[in-house]
Amino acid sequence: MTLSKLKELVQQVLPEVDVLIGYKQGFDPVHATPAFVTKPEQINDLIWNPLCVHNLCSYLPFMKDKKVGVIVKGCDSRTIVQYMQEKLIDRTKVRVIGIPCRGVISVNKVLHAVNHQPIESINFEGGNLVVKTPEGPKTIPMDEVMPAKCSICQYPTPLNYDHLVGEAIQSDKPKEKVFEDIKEFEKLSLEERRKYWEKEFDRCIRCYACRNACPMCVCQDQCLAESRDSHWTSQRDDLTEKYMFHMIHSLHLAGRCIECGECERVCPMEIPVAKIKKKIGMELKELFDYVPGINPEDTPPMYTFKAEEATIQEHKL
Amino acid sequence: MAHSGFIPKDNLNSVIEALSKKARLFVPVEEGDLVLFKPFAAGQTMCFSRPANLPPKAVIFPQSDVLFDFNLKKDMENLKKVEVELKENLDFPSTIIVGCRPCDAQGFRIYDRVYLEAGATDPYYKGRREKTTIITLTCNAPSPGCFCTSVGRGPADEDGSDLLMTELPKGYYLEAVTDKGEAVLKELGLADGSAYREEAEKAQESAAKAVRKPFASLEKTPEKLIGLFDDQQFWEAEAAKCISCGACTYLCPTCYCFNITDEQAGSRGERIRSWDACMFAHFTLEASGHNPRPSKAQRLKNRVGHKFSYYPTRYKGVTACCGCGRCIRYCPVSVDISEIVAHVQGAQG
Repeated sequence: MTLSKLKELVQQVLPEVDVLIGYKQGFDPVHATPAFVTKPEQINDLIWNPLCVHNLCSYLPFMKDKKVGVIVKGCDSRTIVQYMQEKLIDRTKVRVIGIPCRGVISVNKVLHAVNHQPIESINFEGGNLVVKTPEGPKTIPMDEVMPAKCSICQYPTPLNYDHLVGEAIQSDKPKEKVFEDIKEFEKLSLEERRKYWEKEFDRCIRCYACRNACPMCVCQDQCLAESRDSHWTSQRDDLTEKYMFHMIHSLHLAGRCIECGECERVCPMEIPVAKIKKKIGMELKELFDYVPGINPEDTPPMYTFKAEEATIQEHKL
Repeated sequence: MAHSGFIPKDNLNSVIEALSKKARLFVPVEEGDLVLFKPFAAGQTMCFSRPANLPPKAVIFPQSDVLFDFNLKKDMENLKKVEVELKENLDFPSTIIVGCRPCDAQGFRIYDRVYLEAGATDPYYKGRREKTTIITLTCNAPSPGCFCTSVGRGPADEDGSDLLMTELPKGYYLEAVTDKGEAVLKELGLADGSAYREEAEKAQESAAKAVRKPFASLEKTPEKLIGLFDDQQFWEAEAAKCISCGACTYLCPTCYCFNITDEQAGSRGERIRSWDACMFAHFTLEASGHNPRPSKAQRLKNRVGHKFSYYPTRYKGVTACCGCGRCIRYCPVSVDISEIVAHVQGAQG
């Protein structure tokens, strides 16, 4: 139902834009891939199901010369709002088709669940996935293979859109659980946390997929990770350099990260990099009572450069 | 080379342990959900059931390689004179890689032409390459994204390996490809494996048949790609979803581009060679500030062109892609190089 409604809307929007970005089936049954639709006959290739994991908004700042239609889930829509705040897109040139979303799947979790066997087919039945591999079919509850962001999703319906596919839905996930994993992690000692991150970052190959997939990493070609003039970071592949890159990346996102989780999803070394961004997001929430990507009229707290923040009462003494 | 051997299933670990006593040994190790080549150590969980996420290319072509240490010494008699002291790092240990796949081993053959055979020999590559013995496990089934048979290779291709290992229900059939491989067979004192030869060949043939064939013969592809060189529209469409990260190149057994930097503190420093990638904007940034490949479409064109046109044109038709499928499997947005080649072949003009 959603797919046919979506296709109808795309048909309606396509004549108004140069290109529409949606999803189509990728190279194997478990991978969807972004689809750039320019002709009506390509609409038939579009899909909509829990494989549609990518945050398609990430392409928008680099397509300013075009009129673009884009399909967004609830979480992705915060990117649009954040772009509006930071004036990274011209909203009048973007047509947003929003889809209320009940959660996507983590391809890595699915592969883990089927012991990394090649996937021959995948079907969504009720709240389950049925995944067929050479070892036979396996039924997996959706909840078990969702990325962490879906299990705490507060915004299943897009916050900003021009067209909505179907009815808006409300979050059924408790608000107080949003930062539960970070609070749990912080119960570890400093030494344990340091060891954890050293083990994780040791695998980093500095491919910069996390940076390039991040919708808010818009410096890209000017990134200090590779700048040669000045030579801010060494090209060595040791832990210090890897650590340094990820800390800089995270700090540049303070108060701007809209928690789409793309950085973590795309990491070929499966490093839980979103956890650092989420920790910073939690600090920002506590310090400034601010959540990025919610209200287009907001100014991100780190943009204000005020010596005294309005929400920090103590400083007024 | 006809020397063969056989390792019963239960003996594999003891054979690997015996190898670890002879040289520095790299094996595919499970780390969380990943399989990575690591130095052999007791207590590791090795994984031979699927190809590693990263090929073992770093064993011979390290991600970051200190070429030499330098020290700038002032002449105390004439302070304008600076002497440079250099210390080369050309001491390479004997090394064995066990359990890479034929595609991974062929990657080194792609490098050989560039670093050993093109005229200027690279002493760092040469040193490590000569000291490394490669024991390859043939594939018994393709992994998602694989297309080795389409680039003139196969799941039991021996080019680049010293010893080929084929998994059979009862154990591993081993066949020497080079003198180095034969020496390992002899040293291990394995039982003769010739009785299993036919069974191994059958397994290899059935694996080869199972690999998908996403595009036709590559014969005309180098010219086709040159013909499409200025077709900006074609490349923009192919690259639309690419996010221009370097994951594909760093996971690729055949990508060999590098950067050289001096990492200096005070008067001392190191000259290092580190992996670089044509997918990064800085890769072609010139000192003047001009960048001949400023867009991701031009960068992706270069990656496909290098593998399927420029390299084969220079090296007698050899394609610089081994079809391992990693760039497809682990691409953040599933860019499929085999699909791009198919589009190139089908393009008009």
